[in-house]
Amino acid sequence: MSTVRALVGTRKGAFVLTSDGKRKRWNVSGPHFTGWEVYHIKGSPVDPDRLYASQSNSWFGQIIQRSDDGGKSWHQPGTPPGEPTTTPDGMPKGESNKFVYDTSPETGRPLTTHQWIDGTPRPWEFKRVWHLEPSLTDPDTVYAGVEDAALFRSVDGGRTWQELAGLRDCSGSQWMPGAGGMCLHTILLDPSSPGRIFVAISAAGVFRTDNTGKTWRPINRGLHSDHIPDQTAEVGHCVHRIAMHPSRPGVLFMQKHWDVMRSNDAGESWQEVSGNLPTDFGFPIEVHAHEPNTIYVVPIKSDTEHYPPDGKLRVYRSRTGGNEWEALTKGLPQRNCYVNVLRDASAVDSLDPCGVYFGTTGGQVYVSADAGDSWTPIVRDLPAVLSVEVQTLP
Amino acid sequence: MIRVVLPTHLQRLAYIEGEVKLEIEGQVTQRSILDALETRFPMLRGTIRDQVTQQRRPLVRFFACGEDFSHEPPAAPLPDAVATGSEAFLVVGAIAGG
Repeated sequence: MSTVRALVGTRKGAFVLTSDGKRKRWNVSGPHFTGWEVYHIKGSPVDPDRLYASQSNSWFGQIIQRSDDGGKSWHQPGTPPGEPTTTPDGMPKGESNKFVYDTSPETGRPLTTHQWIDGTPRPWEFKRVWHLEPSLTDPDTVYAGVEDAALFRSVDGGRTWQELAGLRDCSGSQWMPGAGGMCLHTILLDPSSPGRIFVAISAAGVFRTDNTGKTWRPINRGLHSDHIPDQTAEVGHCVHRIAMHPSRPGVLFMQKHWDVMRSNDAGESWQEVSGNLPTDFGFPIEVHAHEPNTIYVVPIKSDTEHYPPDGKLRVYRSRTGGNEWEALTKGLPQRNCYVNVLRDASAVDSLDPCGVYFGTTGGQVYVSADAGDSWTPIVRDLPAVLSVEVQTLP
Repeated sequence: MIRVVLPTHLQRLAYIEGEVKLEIEGQVTQRSILDALETRFPMLRGTIRDQVTQQRRPLVRFFACGEDFSHEPPAAPLPDAVATGSEAFLVVGAIAGG
């Protein structure tokens, strides 16, 4: 029987939750990296025991961790345990935490400025890794979305990182941080077109490359944001999350700051599909593993009230790719609930029926083993959940 | 023998228990201590000072002999008591919270 493994990042460490295919009884391992913020953990699709984790805090910066045994043990890939900590010529290793914007004449771009929130220019400054996206084909290749917004890639299992600097060249001087920071938080790899990557940047928008990151362009036509001076600008939209189904990579779904959107042409244009949602503000958006037109969002009351409307935690499901939504409430708290679900804190497994998962800022991780019809908490009292990823294992 | 005390977060990261003892040849300065520390524990690179600029991270402070050396030049000599190991060099996470 298949098993599932949920990788949970929180404000104070990481947890690994495992279960058999019934998804009723769970084993909880952790906290790993205790006391540190773990923004994201994700496994390689081609080697599920290869996990990458982003560990950080404001005091001591960014650490990249890697596991080669499904989360039982971890090491910094620049310094594997048991290996000498220096190179033969005495130089220290530990390069895996080094994220340096590429300003080299050959491949880089001048480290110019982005806009600060008051409109003044500010130089790029690395803060943390928000999201790690392992390659679909190579376990040693992994992408990192970082704050200040940029995309990095490692091709040596996380030991060293190189910026794909063409992205900053694509209107970066106009980008401005949102309330959560100027972060690159979503990376979607197109399985049908290896050179195509979509990324989303908070308060900037969605960008696409068709040549593995050499050149990029904004793909935000159709987005409308009331809170920016030019409401249909080419960049400046606060995209919270985008999602795709691997069988239909030209169709994208987006949870924006306000509005749920859909693109049928790989981001060339977007149409609103908020439909009958009680509010179209939110953070995560997810696609069913087997039904490319079934999507999930968790509506939040507003941009200043980051909690569910009426104190009722409701996941909304659309089986029509948007516009027509149904509330999923069975097993979820329907009174006095004021938690939030952050942008990377939802996931699906690929079992049948599809499992749906989300974690809250209140420390609960919920699972639905029936595609959202009913929910149960796996854990109730973790630190605030920052991210949830789920692996389906044979 | 130089004695260095790291904050708990960094002790865990580098699998250290208690003080770190370092041998340093030549002048004992913030820079020479951090160079030796990072050579022995490369996983600490970037956690105390920036990997490129070598500037102290904003929320990290350096103390020794009851004095704050955070804003002293990295190449300035530290007190003899640190160089002889009678006093530890303290790497401290700035207090934030309440």
